[in-house]
Amino acid sequence: MTQIGHVPGAGTAAAAESERARKEMLRDARIDSRDGARPRIGADALCEALLRQGSDVMWGYPGGVILPLYDVLADHPKLRHILVRHEQGAAHAADGYARASGRVGVCLGTSGPGATNLVTGIGTAMLDSVPMVVITGNVPGALLGKDAFQEIDITGITLPMTKHNYLVRSADEIPAVVAEAFHIARSGRPGPVHVDITKDALMGQTSAPHPSDEEVLAGLPGYRPKMEGHPRQLKSVAEAITAAERPMLLVGHGILISHAETELLALARKAQIPVAWTLLGIGAIDERDPLAYGYMGMHGWKHANRAIQSADLILAVGMRFDDRVTGNVRTFAPKARIVHVDIDPAEIGKNVVADIPVVGDAKSVLGALLPLIDTVDASRRAALFAELATWRAESVESPWHGSGGWRDGVLSADFVVDRIAAGCDHDANLTADVGQNQMWVARYGGFRRTNSHLSSGGLGTMGFALPAAMGAAVAVPEKRSWAIAGDGGFQMTLQELATIVQEKIPVKIALLDNKKLGMIRQWQEIVYAGNYHSEQLNGPDYLKLCEAYGVPAWKVSKPEEVDAAVASANAVDGPAMIWFEIAERQNVYPMMPAGKGLSDLIDKWGDDGEDVTDGASGPRRDPADPADGSGSGGAAR
Amino acid sequence: MTPSSQAPARSLPGSGEARRHLIVAIVNNRPGVLNRVASLMRARNFNIESLAVSATDDPGTSRMTLTILGDEVHVEQAAKQLYKLIDVLKVQDVTDDSIVEHELALIKVRATKRNRPEIVSVAEMHHGRVVDLGDDAVVVEAIGEPGEVDRLVELLREFGIKELVRTGSVVMSRGSGSIEEQVKR
Ligand SMILES: Cc1ncc(C[n+]2csc(CCOP(=O)(O)OP(=O)(O)O)c2C)c(N)n1
Repeated sequence: MTQIGHVPGAGTAAAAESERARKEMLRDARIDSRDGARPRIGADALCEALLRQGSDVMWGYPGGVILPLYDVLADHPKLRHILVRHEQGAAHAADGYARASGRVGVCLGTSGPGATNLVTGIGTAMLDSVPMVVITGNVPGALLGKDAFQEIDITGITLPMTKHNYLVRSADEIPAVVAEAFHIARSGRPGPVHVDITKDALMGQTSAPHPSDEEVLAGLPGYRPKMEGHPRQLKSVAEAITAAERPMLLVGHGILISHAETELLALARKAQIPVAWTLLGIGAIDERDPLAYGYMGMHGWKHANRAIQSADLILAVGMRFDDRVTGNVRTFAPKARIVHVDIDPAEIGKNVVADIPVVGDAKSVLGALLPLIDTVDASRRAALFAELATWRAESVESPWHGSGGWRDGVLSADFVVDRIAAGCDHDANLTADVGQNQMWVARYGGFRRTNSHLSSGGLGTMGFALPAAMGAAVAVPEKRSWAIAGDGGFQMTLQELATIVQEKIPVKIALLDNKKLGMIRQWQEIVYAGNYHSEQLNGPDYLKLCEAYGVPAWKVSKPEEVDAAVASANAVDGPAMIWFEIAERQNVYPMMPAGKGLSDLIDKWGDDGEDVTDGASGPRRDPADPADGSGSGGAAR
Repeated sequence: MTPSSQAPARSLPGSGEARRHLIVAIVNNRPGVLNRVASLMRARNFNIESLAVSATDDPGTSRMTLTILGDEVHVEQAAKQLYKLIDVLKVQDVTDDSIVEHELALIKVRATKRNRPEIVSVAEMHHGRVVDLGDDAVVVEAIGEPGEVDRLVELLREFGIKELVRTGSVVMSRGSGSIEEQVKR
């Protein structure tokens, strides 16, 4: 046997195949000349499959093994590819596209570093149940496992953070896998699905047909999301509602995902139940509605948290009792029976024991409940509503509602958020970043419409706002898209400024610049007794930065300049940015320290403008919650 | 408002009494499915005592038998999380069902010419049999309920165990019911 160099196992069939694949990978020549017909390859099948699923946009970044796809993109002109500046931006943009429109977002990247750059965005979508299809290229099949150039076990990496993932090794599999991926991503509890495709699968000739919907279902015998609530459970819920004196609806993302807004409102009205919402439940109900009581949780409104703590029945729909919502579970809503409605059976009994569990789609379950419940006259709840109104008034009027600082010429973040929302007639899509800015958006954004609030709740991903707002702007061009970010988060993904300029995506950016990692500073002040470290954050001259990128920009340091700047930014036909120099030490109040309960809010605001705390300061101590040992919690951590 | 310290405490899921549960899962026979199950169990902090993977009568599916420690809620949570895997077709907690539960162990025991007959008789009296007989070692095979296997292992430990391998439990319901038929339906 002749030895060929020192290739392991030289002379064997496997080695020959691997050598062929290695050459294949290096050969980046076009697969054909474009004159005349060319054979259909895996990459064509992929484009066709995306178009068949109704995708019109994908966010991506090229690289060696995914080049065969870029080689055929021009032949599928209906598929718009938007070149981002970092794959994380592609993933968040697909995510923002999906959140704003309810359609599946698509992003793609090359193998190795392209794929790992997508990971943060995949995790973000996973924890917030966002439908997304993520496509990556991989090295040719014969090189898998050989540590080939830019090979990483990316399906191994995405396995625990996707709803499902695939490694596709042949062109013939592509149509069926892509169809399955979309079905899984958008049905049931949505989530990201990752499809990793080897270069030879993208390049291989194929005549594989696209499957029908029935064929897709037949290929997924283990996947049948349960939509309808069990009649017996629904009856129990109806009885519990009839018996309750102080019921509260506690609604989450599930309402938005299943489009159950109408059913929610009808139910709330029929049984006269006030509604509180989680971070991702914002927009489930118009905040002006008399039954819309407030955003609850760690930085929620005190009155909303108070109402939950005093409720005798919690109707939790499409929410998952996240620790940012419940605080210490043992003291959560101590007097209440809990009804938990969720499409994901595993959410029930995961964080909180439900007295009446209902597995099903929020729209279907609420719709089915409606005829089962009695109409309640508002007079029956007069005492409750009077009390709730008092709590709300106290909460809204207390001095720590925002800083009130704008009256003295201090530019406070709550004021800025309020004015942006008003300046867009409360009809814009507002995408928050993570940290204090996120909580200010949640509290003061004045949301009236479903899917108009975008926020990385579960993963709390800094850098989310700009790229996600970019996705929202492309998905829903008829609505304004604002990104509201802190200076920390903005500096994590600001390279997408170039994308919005190149692609003329009209994102408006509100940079809430406190020259600090604000939420870190707040925690160090309150939880770590003022032992500050790494919270001071220098940034560039943002006007010059915007000038360099070609983004019209304004700098605002006084409250009276805010409205005009918002109007000017809105008037620009294209992207624009406002650099708000806000108070450097404003805290988000109230605040529930990690590990504490909803009744343990820190909610004092000092008269002299200095933040004071409610017995939480004093000698330095460890954060109360061992589960949050990092202590570097953003609101969503 | 009532300070939280005075409020009655809500019980936490999974805080009930832990015991050993037997879970049977029928899964697609595809590459990577074992990894999905193992990764899920690790990431979600479930305490697996044993996991046996095997063929079924249908080449398209495999069968996993897991023993998990935890209270009812915790184990139900594990089953529901397993169900979320697209490749998992059916999950059953059979702990309290009428079942046959067996495990196979191979035990290599230090032996001398003199004590070999003793080892053989200990094995035979306790659901074991000798499958290899050497001058200074004996391989005993034990098949039975895990408790019976435990007992034999303990008895053999006196002679000195050189090597031990156990498959983990596999179970099957008594009577005519069949999880495989349920999957096909
Ligand atoms: C990628 C990432 N890294 C770290 C954190 C932890 N973290 C949460 S909030 C925060 C500070 C955010 O500062 P900034 O973006 O300036 O916003 P602000 O809180 O000042 O509004 C940090 C570092 C995170 N959530 N995400």
